[in-house]
Amino acid sequence: MSDQRIVIVGAGPAGLRAAERLVDHGLRPILLDEAPRVGGRIYQQAPEGAGFRRNAKTLYGFEAGKAERLFATHARIRDSIEHRAGAVAFDIADDRLIALIDGERQEIGFDRLVLATGAMDRVMPLPGWTLPGVFTLGAAQIALKHQGCAIGHHVAFLGAGPLLYLAAYQYAKAGVTVAAVVSSASLSSIAGSLPGLAAQPTTTAKGFAYIAKLRSWGIPVIGGARPSRLLGRDTVETLEVLVDGRIRNIDCDAVALGYGLKSETQLAELCGAQFAYDRDQQQWVPEIDAYGRAIGRQGVYLAGDGAGIGGADAAELRGMLAAEAVLQDLGLPRRDEKADAVLKSLQRWRQFRRAMDYGFPFPGVFAKELPDETVLCRCENVTAGEVRSAADQGLREINRVKAATRLGMGRCQGRICGAAGAEVLAARLGVSVDSVGRLRTQPPIKPVPIAALAGADE
Amino acid sequence: MTRIAGLFRRVAERDRRRIAFTLDGEAAEAFEGDTLLTAILLIRDHIRIAEFTEAPRAGFCLMGACQDCWVADADGRPLRACTTTVTEGMSIVTRK
Repeated sequence: MSDQRIVIVGAGPAGLRAAERLVDHGLRPILLDEAPRVGGRIYQQAPEGAGFRRNAKTLYGFEAGKAERLFATHARIRDSIEHRAGAVAFDIADDRLIALIDGERQEIGFDRLVLATGAMDRVMPLPGWTLPGVFTLGAAQIALKHQGCAIGHHVAFLGAGPLLYLAAYQYAKAGVTVAAVVSSASLSSIAGSLPGLAAQPTTTAKGFAYIAKLRSWGIPVIGGARPSRLLGRDTVETLEVLVDGRIRNIDCDAVALGYGLKSETQLAELCGAQFAYDRDQQQWVPEIDAYGRAIGRQGVYLAGDGAGIGGADAAELRGMLAAEAVLQDLGLPRRDEKADAVLKSLQRWRQFRRAMDYGFPFPGVFAKELPDETVLCRCENVTAGEVRSAADQGLREINRVKAATRLGMGRCQGRICGAAGAEVLAARLGVSVDSVGRLRTQPPIKPVPIAALAGADE
Repeated sequence: MTRIAGLFRRVAERDRRRIAFTLDGEAAEAFEGDTLLTAILLIRDHIRIAEFTEAPRAGFCLMGACQDCWVADADGRPLRACTTTVTEGMSIVTRK
């Protein structure tokens, strides 16, 4: 039917729904993902064939049905796709994706590329956050879902957003002591988001149900807090926060930290997609049309949280739409008019998401108050004070600060420190955060053996 | 708060096959399907020592993004602990 080579990166909700739609139109996409099994982070599965037994209800709670439907779709299409599991896509050269698969460098040519690369936790550092025992909120969930482990015995949850309550609920349900759930979002900002949240009443109700449960179990759920530091000798022992101007110490042996999510956009950037600063989400996102076509790069489509945060339900819709765009651009006849309905329901999710962004903002304002000695960049050990000195020496752009201080130059490529680094710089300069620019991505976007870097170019 | 043993705590999926591996020359035990990070943090309170500060680190993101959990095998080949599954007889080195 078509000899077009379609490559999808990411086997989460967006990537799988894109694959499904393409398969249903007789195409055979190649699906790459770093994980051995499909589902992405949100529906991450336990390792296969290792004796893990928990069912979907235990693993995914309210979302079990969605996870099971997605896995059923995968089971239905698995023989019609080429699934390359454990594949680390680390570069793009023209129309070739370069990946490390089973330790070998492979180049995968594409005519159309669907990037469904997902997201990771967005972090605001605080003194002591490099202590062992401090993990991202996503990490806390992965430990539980993927490994049946908790990150500690007495876990404090710190950040903002719906995942904070969900993760704390999952931990408490698994029998772990939740020391406290501490949110930077104030009650008034959450209240202000309620009208928008009404666009998705079921999801909103679930969020409040988690909070109510946590409270009913006697777990302190604190809002409007300002975290000041994490203390501990060899590992984290205390979370110190300011609540209503008073210091409150929370004893814990682990902390799950996260202020919402941040799109994984490195591949989109390398292939030439345009970016714009999104004020609602407070982050740089690739520009796309209504279906997910990348602006600035023909033949590339972006779906799911990798193209701005929309959540797992929206990701499924965005995956379908990206595939729809591929089909349209290939000139293939469309079998149904579902796309219009999908666009409409996506609109409701956008409204909901805007309300979430308003209710649980990234606390960029904390950057200004971070003590100079606070480590921002975990890889290169760059402090807030070093970034401020760079600003004082006249550097006004984040990549120049990177060159001068090494912030974001380490192995994680600024994934962890990028957001906070820009906030610290902007606060020192007294400008808005978008005006300091964004950290540029350099291939390889993930560490790979030197032998894998050499290749066709040699 | 004083810690009892490792950083992590197993809360489910305990009926799995045991696996023997070596951690910095000492015999250690994991469960089949454990990542290296899980296996190490159930025994110890850190994964590695950071290059610049000599301070302990225990990973951070568990999803292959932060690159804060690299260890090595006996031949010095680097392994990302959170995305590597522990296997029978594996020999892991966390210290240079």
